[in-house]
Amino acid sequence: MSQPIIEFKNVQKRFGDTTIFDDFSFKVEENEIVSIIGPSGSGKSTLLRILMTLEGIDGGYINVAGESLWHMLWNDRYVPASNKHLHKMREQLGMVFQHFNLFPHMTVKRNITEAPMRVKGLSRQDAEESAEALLELVGLADKAESYPNDLSGGQKQRVGIARALAMRPAILLLDEITSALDPELVDEVLDVIRNLAKEQSFTMLLVTHEMYFAREISDRVCFFDKGKIVEEGVPEDIFSAPREERTQAFLNAYLGQ
Amino acid sequence: MIELNWDWTFVWQVLPMILSAAKVTLLATFLGSLLAICVGLIFALLRRGSSKTVRVTVYWLMEFIRSTPLLVQIFFLYYVMPEFGLSMSPLMTGVIALGVHYGAYLSEVFRSGIEGVDKGQWEASRALNLTSFDTYKDIILPQAIRPMIPATGNYIIAMFKETPQLSAITLLEMLQVAKIIGSENFRYLEPFTLVGILYLVFSVLAAYGIHQIEKRFPKEGFSLK
Repeated sequence: MSQPIIEFKNVQKRFGDTTIFDDFSFKVEENEIVSIIGPSGSGKSTLLRILMTLEGIDGGYINVAGESLWHMLWNDRYVPASNKHLHKMREQLGMVFQHFNLFPHMTVKRNITEAPMRVKGLSRQDAEESAEALLELVGLADKAESYPNDLSGGQKQRVGIARALAMRPAILLLDEITSALDPELVDEVLDVIRNLAKEQSFTMLLVTHEMYFAREISDRVCFFDKGKIVEEGVPEDIFSAPREERTQAFLNAYLGQ
Repeated sequence: MIELNWDWTFVWQVLPMILSAAKVTLLATFLGSLLAICVGLIFALLRRGSSKTVRVTVYWLMEFIRSTPLLVQIFFLYYVMPEFGLSMSPLMTGVIALGVHYGAYLSEVFRSGIEGVDKGQWEASRALNLTSFDTYKDIILPQAIRPMIPATGNYIIAMFKETPQLSAITLLEMLQVAKIIGSENFRYLEPFTLVGILYLVFSVLAAYGIHQIEKRFPKEGFSLK
């Protein structure tokens, strides 16, 4: 078996007195699409935020693409990662946020070109060409010169996806990307992800409350509760024949079965 | 009955001298503001930096600057610094004293402006791998500036009204010139009244200007080049 692209080994994470993860281990294979479902407060988003280096860890190791994320080798010892190391590691990762977090003072196009120009040193022309192609991909080619505040929630989130893709990450982290949307706008965003999953080879890790979508798109579904993976497997097994009582209770409540 | 004999001829005679001194006052305010904005921004960023030693040092430095009278600072710069081999003109001294003193106040304005920007903006910048410098320059500051304008403007007007303190180190600003005119002619009414009116006019104009800047400041499309 090939080396997993993401690996959590005995990870610990606390917020003050609250323990989120205690001895948490988890793996994702390259090009695998993994959905994480579970009640709120179970540590789903924290998992993504740790990977994106928005949150640190209190113990254990995380490997991304064969390299330690939060530690680096220094004189044959593992020491906490420097900013430079984190900067290098983040090149592998892209994230789409629940509340979009678009830059409100920049046009849609500039939102997408900012990081490729600043971080990757792309010329304005190259960055804009790539931004236009991405806007085409998410169906917003006509909104390049609009500002985020003039867009609907669904449109904002599609820009959020295009912005993350512009950095060409190997791993895409989707943090409840439809939770802040009106129900009628959810599908246009999910369609974009569907197409991405079909057309491109990505490793995708998504935290979602859209059960049907998780079932349709994922290679594997993990049911999280209280910082632990209670049950995981192919979507068919998890949704049709969950073994664990907690998974059953959660799915019943969610799907109204 | 006390007779107030206002002499218009005397007014027209001294007005040009006072107006020309007003240029010095405005110059000191202008240069002082520029310096205060730079100092304030640097202090604000240092207080948000990663080194605790720097944060604490800057905090106490600011506390010290804000808790000692401006006049003491002016005297210190003007009379004490030459003993350490640093002597400056009254204008230069005034600009530095005003700039550093008000910079300490402005840094709090800037800090709260920066902290008012949504946390999600930092997270998105980090996820896109922008450096701290680019995050401040392209993402955070352009959004923080607009809410900072009113308080910054008020401090600049306050600084303008403090410029007469520079007369203590012989800077020929408005009040100093008015005092000299008064003592030469044994008439203080007109020069001091003119100075008061000029301060009022400039302050009202400045307040109006700041309000306009705030009103017209673009919500979108603003960037720091």
